[in-house]
Amino acid sequence: METNVRNKMTLIEKILANKSGKKFVRPGDIIWANIDHLMTHDVCGPGTFALFKEKFGEKAKVFDRKKVVVIPDHYIFTQNQHAQRNLQILRDFSKEQNLPYFYDAHTDNYKGVCHVALSEEGFCLPGTILLGTDSHTCTAGAYGSFATGVGNTDAAFVLGTGKLWFKVPETFKFIFHGEKPKHVMAKDLILQIIGDLGVDGGTYRSLEVGGSIIKALNMEERMSLCNMAIECGGKNAVIEADEVTLKDIKGKAKSSFQVFQSDPDYKYPFKKEYIGDQLESLVARPHSPDNITPAYKLGHQELSRAYIGSCTGGKLEDFKAAAKILKGQKVKIDTFIVPATTKVAADLEKESFDGKSLLQIFKEAGTTIGKPSCAACLGGPEDTFGRANDAQKVISTTNRNFPGRMGSKLAEVFLASPYTVAASSLTGKVTDPREFLN
Amino acid sequence: MKNIIKGKVFCLGDNIDTDQIIPAKHLVYKTNDPEERKLYGRFALSGLPIGHEYPFVEKSENKSVYRIIFAGKNFGCGSSREHAPLALKEAGIETVIASSYARIFYRNSVDGGFFPPMEFLDNSSKKHSFKTGDDVLVNLKENYIEKIETGEKIKLKSLGFIQEIIEAGDIFAYAQKKGLTNEK
Repeated sequence: METNVRNKMTLIEKILANKSGKKFVRPGDIIWANIDHLMTHDVCGPGTFALFKEKFGEKAKVFDRKKVVVIPDHYIFTQNQHAQRNLQILRDFSKEQNLPYFYDAHTDNYKGVCHVALSEEGFCLPGTILLGTDSHTCTAGAYGSFATGVGNTDAAFVLGTGKLWFKVPETFKFIFHGEKPKHVMAKDLILQIIGDLGVDGGTYRSLEVGGSIIKALNMEERMSLCNMAIECGGKNAVIEADEVTLKDIKGKAKSSFQVFQSDPDYKYPFKKEYIGDQLESLVARPHSPDNITPAYKLGHQELSRAYIGSCTGGKLEDFKAAAKILKGQKVKIDTFIVPATTKVAADLEKESFDGKSLLQIFKEAGTTIGKPSCAACLGGPEDTFGRANDAQKVISTTNRNFPGRMGSKLAEVFLASPYTVAASSLTGKVTDPREFLN
Repeated sequence: MKNIIKGKVFCLGDNIDTDQIIPAKHLVYKTNDPEERKLYGRFALSGLPIGHEYPFVEKSENKSVYRIIFAGKNFGCGSSREHAPLALKEAGIETVIASSYARIFYRNSVDGGFFPPMEFLDNSSKKHSFKTGDDVLVNLKENYIEKIETGEKIKLKSLGFIQEIIEAGDIFAYAQKKGLTNEK
C-alpha cells in the first residue's frame, strides 16, 4: 500500500471516504460510515427487529424509515408454522414503524428474492452503501455501489443509528479483455474467478471487475457476477457505473447517487487478467464453489435434476438463456424453474423467443414452474418447492453447493450457468451448451 | 471477557460453512425467545457431512460437552446468518480457534458479543496433536491454547482493534462507551 501515493483511491475507497466524511481512506483504516439503505428479510428480520428493540427501547424508531427495506423472500410458500410466524413479525414491525418499503408476502405488493427486487425497485445505486442481512447483498455492486452482507447485530445497530464501522478492504482487480464467447455467461466468469482464488482467496477483499467483456454485459449479467463474490470470501464486488447502469436506474432511483471511478494509476495489490476466447462454460462440482471444471470435460457425469432459479440464476436474462436451449425440446430429468421475483414471473409470459412466450417454452419442454422465492437454493423447510430431499444429483444455476445446501446431505449439487443447466436438463448429463446453441 | 477458558475441544477441518454450523431449515426459531433459542444449541453443527466422527451435541440435548472449537481455514464461510455464532454459543462454545475466518462470521461473533474468534499465530497449528475430546486451556491474555495432558502449546494472534468491542461486550456497548450512540 505504500506504493499508492496519498491521493490515489479505488472507487470503493472513494465511496467509503465520502460516506465517512473523510477526504481519503486507505486499506486497513477503521471508519464509521453512513448507510444509504438497509435491507432485511424473513430469516433475519425478526431477530434484527427484536435486538433493535432490546438495545434502543420498545418505543424506538428506526433511523430513517425511507432507508429501511423489508423483503420477505426465503420461506414464503411453506406450511412451517415458525416461518409463517416470522412473516407476521415483519408485518407487525413494518406497520408499527410505518415503513414505506415493505413488500409483504401473499399480497399484490409481494416481490420475491430480495437482491433482484432491490434492483427492480431502485435501491441499487452508484456511490451508495447498501447493507443487507444476507451474504448475497454483494449483488448490488453491479451498480457501482458498496454493497455487503451483515448479521442481525450489525443490522440492528444500523436501524438505531444509521451507521456502521468498516475496515477499508484491499481491492483485487479483475479485467476481462476481448469478447466473451457466445456460450459463456457471467456465471462462468465468476466461477472462473472463484476457481482461481479459492473459496477464501478473496476474504476481506473488495473485488473490482472490469474490461471490455464486462462493459458489454447487461445489468442482470453484471448482477450474476457480483452475486457470487462472497463465494471466494469477498467483502463486496463492484463494477464501475456506466451508461448501461444509468439507463437501468433512470426513473426508479430511490435516493440520490454519485458515480465514482477508480483512479487509473492505482496500484492494486493483486490483479488478474482474462482473455475472452480462453473462457469456458464451467461447472463447480460438489461440494465447493471453487471446484471448477469445464462442462465439456464432465460429459460422463449423470444427473437426476436441474434447477433454474435464485438471486444468481433466476432473473429474466437467465430464463431467456434457458429458453434458447429448451425451445422445442423435452427435458430428460426433473427440471425446476423458479423465477426470482413476481416481475420476472410476469415477464416469462410477456417475453417471447421465436414466437413463443418463455413460459410456454418451459411448459412444453416438460419443466415444473414454481412461485417466486428463494425456494430450494438453500434447502429451507422440508416442504420447499424443488428441495433435494434425498440423494439427488442436481445441476443448478444457484450459488452454493456445500454439503446439505439444497436439503439432504446425501444430495450433490453442481453449479453452472443457465445455458449449461438447460443443456444438461435435455441430456441428463453435464452438457456443454455449445451442443445446443447454434 | 474471560481470560482463561477450560474444557473439551472439538476439532474440525477447513471451510466449515454456515449451512454445516446451522442448516437453513432451522433458521425459523425466535432468537429472543429463551426456550426457542435453545433449539439453536440442539442443532448446532448438525449439518456436518455424514460420516463425521463425533456428534457435536448428543441427540435431544441442547448443550454440547465441548467448550472450544479448533478449526482450519475459512471457518464460517457462506451465509450471513448470525444464527451460526448464536448456535455455537447456545451449545456452550466459549471460543473458536481457527486458521482463518470468513469475514461475516468473524464480524458477527465480535459485534454480537458471542465469543472471541481467535486465530493461530502461524502455521505451527498444522503440526499438532490436538484431537476431539482433549481437555484444553485457552489463555486469552497471553494468547495460547494448551493441551492439558501434555502441556503442548500453540500460539494465537492477538485480537487487535476488535479486542475493544469484545471487552465492551458487543457493538452496542462499545459504541455507547465511545459516545457514538444514545441508547435507552
